[in-house]
Amino acid sequence: MFGYYLDLALRSLKRNKALTALMVLALALGIGATITTLTTLRVLAGDPLPGRSARLFYPQLDHGPREGYVPGQSEPDMTMAYPDAMNLVHARRATRQAAMALAQAKIVPQRANEHPYFTNGVMTTADFFALFGVPFKYGGGWTADDDERRAPLAVIAEDLNDKLFDGADSVGRTVRINDRDFRVVGVLKHWAPQPRFYTQGLGGRSYGDGDAVFLPLQSARAARMGPQDLECYSNLTDINHIETEPCEWLGVWVELDDAAAVASYKAFLDGYARQQVALGRLQRPSTALRDMMAWLRHVQVVPDDVRMQTYLAFGFLLICVVNTVGLLLAKCLRRSREIGVRRALGATRRAIFGQFMVEAAIVGLAGGVLGLLLAELGLWGVRHQPAEYASLARLDLGMFALTFAVAFVSSLLAGLLPAWRASLVAPAPQLKAA
Amino acid sequence: MEIRPILATLRKHRIPALLIVLEIALACAVLCNAVFMISRRVSNIHLFNGIDERGLVVVNLNGTDPKRASSEIPRNLAALRGIAGVQAAAITSSVPLSTNNWGWSFGLTPEANVSSHNTTNVSLYMLGEGGDRALGLQLREGRLFGPGEYAAGALGDAALPQGHVTVLTESLARRLWPGQSALGKTLYSRPYYYTVVGVAADVLRPYFGTWNPKMYDVAYFPVNYDAPLGTYVLRSAPQERDRVLREAVDKLQALNPAAVAKGSTYADVRAKYFADTSSMAWMLVLVCVVMLAVTALGIVGLSSFWVAQRRRTIGIRRAMGATRGAILRYFQTENFLLATLGIVLGMVLAYGINLFLMKHYELPRMPAAYFPVGAVTLWLIGQLAVLGPALRAAAVPPVVATRAA
Repeated sequence: MFGYYLDLALRSLKRNKALTALMVLALALGIGATITTLTTLRVLAGDPLPGRSARLFYPQLDHGPREGYVPGQSEPDMTMAYPDAMNLVHARRATRQAAMALAQAKIVPQRANEHPYFTNGVMTTADFFALFGVPFKYGGGWTADDDERRAPLAVIAEDLNDKLFDGADSVGRTVRINDRDFRVVGVLKHWAPQPRFYTQGLGGRSYGDGDAVFLPLQSARAARMGPQDLECYSNLTDINHIETEPCEWLGVWVELDDAAAVASYKAFLDGYARQQVALGRLQRPSTALRDMMAWLRHVQVVPDDVRMQTYLAFGFLLICVVNTVGLLLAKCLRRSREIGVRRALGATRRAIFGQFMVEAAIVGLAGGVLGLLLAELGLWGVRHQPAEYASLARLDLGMFALTFAVAFVSSLLAGLLPAWRASLVAPAPQLKAA
Repeated sequence: MEIRPILATLRKHRIPALLIVLEIALACAVLCNAVFMISRRVSNIHLFNGIDERGLVVVNLNGTDPKRASSEIPRNLAALRGIAGVQAAAITSSVPLSTNNWGWSFGLTPEANVSSHNTTNVSLYMLGEGGDRALGLQLREGRLFGPGEYAAGALGDAALPQGHVTVLTESLARRLWPGQSALGKTLYSRPYYYTVVGVAADVLRPYFGTWNPKMYDVAYFPVNYDAPLGTYVLRSAPQERDRVLREAVDKLQALNPAAVAKGSTYADVRAKYFADTSSMAWMLVLVCVVMLAVTALGIVGLSSFWVAQRRRTIGIRRAMGATRGAILRYFQTENFLLATLGIVLGMVLAYGINLFLMKHYELPRMPAAYFPVGAVTLWLIGQLAVLGPALRAAAVPPVVATRAA
């Protein structure tokens, strides 16, 4: 029976090529737009460290003034002052913990005729690499002892290693950063989690390439590297010694393995804040401890524009579906005579309904195939946009399947009304009129 | 034109008529909101910025030794002023839209400090001598800085410069002292205080996201060459700026081999800041055009079938004496009625979508002016779409009535 419906549907679609093309094209445009925006949204709202993100938390403290403080309602600050960040790292209350800030690092090539250039750097503490599961190609990170000793050590990214050392194992060699010598202890494999969760709140980009150099916090500061973002809550007198100034510039991430650990860390954090209030360093005891995905939602990492585009695409798809409903309906009403004949010859209402649904499904399938091509075109367009997330917009297997799901569902929805109307056609009047 | 027969026909073909109405309503709702978003982005891209954008070139010199600033900056400036075609050159802490922001909060009472409650956050532009001329600031009231004030403006490693004078933008002056002249008034942030000596045309902050009521909250301060600043601004004739840019970068790099010189024309600084905004605007335009095309084609498709289905009826009307014009007008009026219904429905929907977006995103209420724009567009689209099928209907000869269907 299905084969027969297929044959009927194809004949009917062939009879009116312009109309068929119009339906397929409209559906394909709607699907193409929807899949393009959904793919972009999915990439941007994705989990940067699958399997690890649920165990990573971002503690926050509040350096705001007493004035205007509403207990339980004031949102703590995005970053921490140096003493607080160091106290949390040294307390070792979590499985792993690291403090970090972003900095521009001036690389001075050791070869003749090469100019110095700036690259993205991270100043952090020893646990950073284990905490985030950063993969190494050569060597490894540094130790907490190295942090204390202000050892001039560096971990560099693969591309910087290619540039400076032609991809050789550079562990033990020297790289000149901000006019100081740093000894390479590790070279990373490609590592660029998206979104760049650890740069949020620190003044960094949200998407795009990974960072190129990772330096122990104190030794980077000794080389006069300053943080990308600095928030001061009282008068700043010496910008070179922000460790002792009333300014916030560090983010802290901690690893907590289960709910009990999270609860006990939150209690520790609250206790710390209350203690600092008692000491007069803090005016507000409010704290926060968000997991990674909650933190990314909190900082609204996905640009509003991308969400608006997605709404717009769904609106557009809806218009295309309504359009297809109209055209299918017009077609089936014109074929009342044919339906009458088929009904008179013994076809049931269910058979007529099935026949028209098959026709709609074929339109949907064709719309899906064309829509997929249009989505590829759309994503190609997104990749050529100036946005920092542009290069990430790629179709994966899941979205490929979703395209056809969307195409089928929308075409079947579009076919429902016309097919139902067609199945209602009474045979007698149609035959009489002829 | 008699409307009753049209209504009677539509009542018989309720579902196709409803589909046309629905399609127009959806298109109208999306169109109104999309055009509103486009216009907001376009006005963002064209925000007023009271500096000489066309003639300006910006070169950033980073990685210098701050201890040598006081000898290197005058030397660098002298070299830049020696480039043919350079009308003015100066050093500043940042330029509008560069995203390199240094903000500070000021109050209007002597006890105010940076974290006090009733303070205003302001973006600071620290200008070296001649910075006003190089940027092309437009003075509205009072005066700009004198040589003595530049010399006294030591910044060193502090957040704010020594010295006690500032120039504000018009918007900031108006917000801080509504209805009064800002001249002679004082801004405080303990232990600093600055007296307003001039008011200049509005200039944008280095960074303010997208449209923001505080985007013009800017204050200028004079500084001397002890300040470790790294943004050089050069002004030249617009047609010479590309050459001036190349020469300035080369010269600064040659003079400071250990540092990194990077430059761009101010036009590029602006284009880069608004690059996302403008690509979003173009995307919205594309969606609107495609959506209207789909809607129009849908109407063409439905009306064509409609006309084909009613060939016999049209023939009978023609045989009974209806002119071609009457048939044409019949279909046009019918489309107009359906479009009107769709537009009314679409307006309500558009308003609802706007309310939703206002609630979840930083979007203001849509001005009423967008509704008639949407209405007229869809009426036109509807009429254009129905014209072809209606003409075909008008061409049906009366003899059709006499034939079997």
